[in-house]
Amino acid sequence: MKVPGHVIKKQKRYWQLYLLALIPFTFVLLFNYMPMYGILLAFKDYSIKKGILGGRWAGLKYFRQLFSIPNFPLILRNTIVLSIESMIIGFPFPILLALSFNEIANKNIRKVLQTITFAPFFISTVVVVSIIFQMFSYRYGVVNSIIRALGGSAVNFPGIAGFFRPAYIFSGVWQGAGYSSILYIAALSAVDVSLYEAAAIDGASRLQKVLHVDIPCIAPTIIITLILNVGNILSIGFEKAYLMQNPVNYKYSEIIATYVYKTGIEQAQFSFATAVGLFNSVVNCIMLVLVNTIAGKISETSLF
Amino acid sequence: MKRKSSLHKWRNLPAGDKAYLAFVYLFLALFVTIVIYPLLYVISCSFSSPEALIQGRVFFLPVEPGIQGYEAVFSNARIWSGYANTILYTATGTALGTSVSMIAAYVLSRREFPVRGFLTIFFMVTMFISGGTIPMYLWLKRLHMLNTIWAIVVPGAVSVWLVIVARTFVQSTIPEELFEATSLDGGSYLQYFLRVVLPLSKPILAVLALNFALGQWNSYYNALIYLNDASKYPLQIILRDILIQNSVDVTNSASGGTDVNNQMHRQYLSELLKYSLIIVSSAPLLIIYPFLQKYFIKGTMIGSVKG
Repeated sequence: MKVPGHVIKKQKRYWQLYLLALIPFTFVLLFNYMPMYGILLAFKDYSIKKGILGGRWAGLKYFRQLFSIPNFPLILRNTIVLSIESMIIGFPFPILLALSFNEIANKNIRKVLQTITFAPFFISTVVVVSIIFQMFSYRYGVVNSIIRALGGSAVNFPGIAGFFRPAYIFSGVWQGAGYSSILYIAALSAVDVSLYEAAAIDGASRLQKVLHVDIPCIAPTIIITLILNVGNILSIGFEKAYLMQNPVNYKYSEIIATYVYKTGIEQAQFSFATAVGLFNSVVNCIMLVLVNTIAGKISETSLF
Repeated sequence: MKRKSSLHKWRNLPAGDKAYLAFVYLFLALFVTIVIYPLLYVISCSFSSPEALIQGRVFFLPVEPGIQGYEAVFSNARIWSGYANTILYTATGTALGTSVSMIAAYVLSRREFPVRGFLTIFFMVTMFISGGTIPMYLWLKRLHMLNTIWAIVVPGAVSVWLVIVARTFVQSTIPEELFEATSLDGGSYLQYFLRVVLPLSKPILAVLALNFALGQWNSYYNALIYLNDASKYPLQIILRDILIQNSVDVTNSASGGTDVNNQMHRQYLSELLKYSLIIVSSAPLLIIYPFLQKYFIKGTMIGSVKG
């Protein structure tokens, strides 16, 4: 088939765009798509000599290995529980913050408070974890200083297995709530003023305005954030769990991501660790689609 | 004056509103206190004397103020090297990421570009599917990028989320008439990008640069996995070693006596050093963010509208 002349001419006009596009395209191809090829490793025996794809096919051997390790139920449960608890406890705070900021009439005060709650977002995970450990340290921590000053006896918090989850979850709230509230603040600032006026005419109290105007107006934002959170339920961050992990809290702090790191990077069981990672991604994808479908049915707000 | 009038307003509120507002203010006061206190505590500790710190006498303000902790931080060679590496990685990663992502945003913003739809999907897919830790590690190993700065700064250069944010900005704020004017003058796509789009995209370039810079400055995971040469470690890895794994040695100066007092003092000092180190590593961001936060907020808001 002959290509019409004007099409060729048009394509020629775009050569600079193609050239420009080639730069990010190459980056994404090399560093996002090429590694995907390595997923095949989960179904093959890795051989140092023959590289990623040279090994023998292993079928589902590494997945069977994963499901048969005694710790697997524990690791899976830790990942899910930590994630769900983080979500349930962390989710309402940004919304409450945004609704509260909305009640402050003085713009300057509001700005100062918002700026303060934003601060922890700029602190690294390493520093957040070390602040927790410093403040709760048995010998020198301020929490134990207070307990001692009040006449109690000091508690070695980092040495208690049950300390891990609350510390993990609430430091997450501490770090992220101010930042996450931005979305809701933006949604609230877009609320139609006539709705408030109508509510005032109906004699609504402040609380009623919040319940019947503010919350319904930010509901779509809430639902989308919720979908995204649930979709990421198994991809809970490696960094903080790994940094907070010690032999005592292992039974709560070992999650899929830390397990992949240990088996893959530390013990070089490449095929097995790839299989674990792949299992994680697949479950995530399923969750995202599932939650999105449910949310779409219930509220007509969905991601795609 | 103003105070009086707001007090007046408060009196006129119905009881239910008063109760509700009191609850709201209490919640905010509590939350802000909880956010501020750990930061204040760390700052105060860092400026206290080692003895006051160890004896648990610091609660709010510095006790026996001094800068011994900071002296210890600045005399530690590893911290300097980590700092220098982090600055290098942050500068390189930010420059590279901002340029590449902005180019991607520009080509995606041209609606007449024939492969625009394909490219958008090509980029977006990577938000949901990735190779995972091990395939990425092996791939970088094969490219001989492990243990180099490139493993840290190159793989994340296209941030799809930021590309979409920047594309939305370019599409919605730069008037199409400017493109037509440039074309009529015989200007090419490249000239339009360099002479019109870039100068008009300064706010969004700031959004990109700041997000890349924040990510690099605080990044720890990539260095942990891809680097194994201690001289290349960024600040966050050094921080982990000193703050969490307690591997600090403040005796790198030749002060090493073996008497008990000296040793105890050193142990105190290494505890104090942790607080000063937290401040030294976090201060650059904590000082500048109040002036730049509008750019982070802007990025998040554009991203949420057209995610």
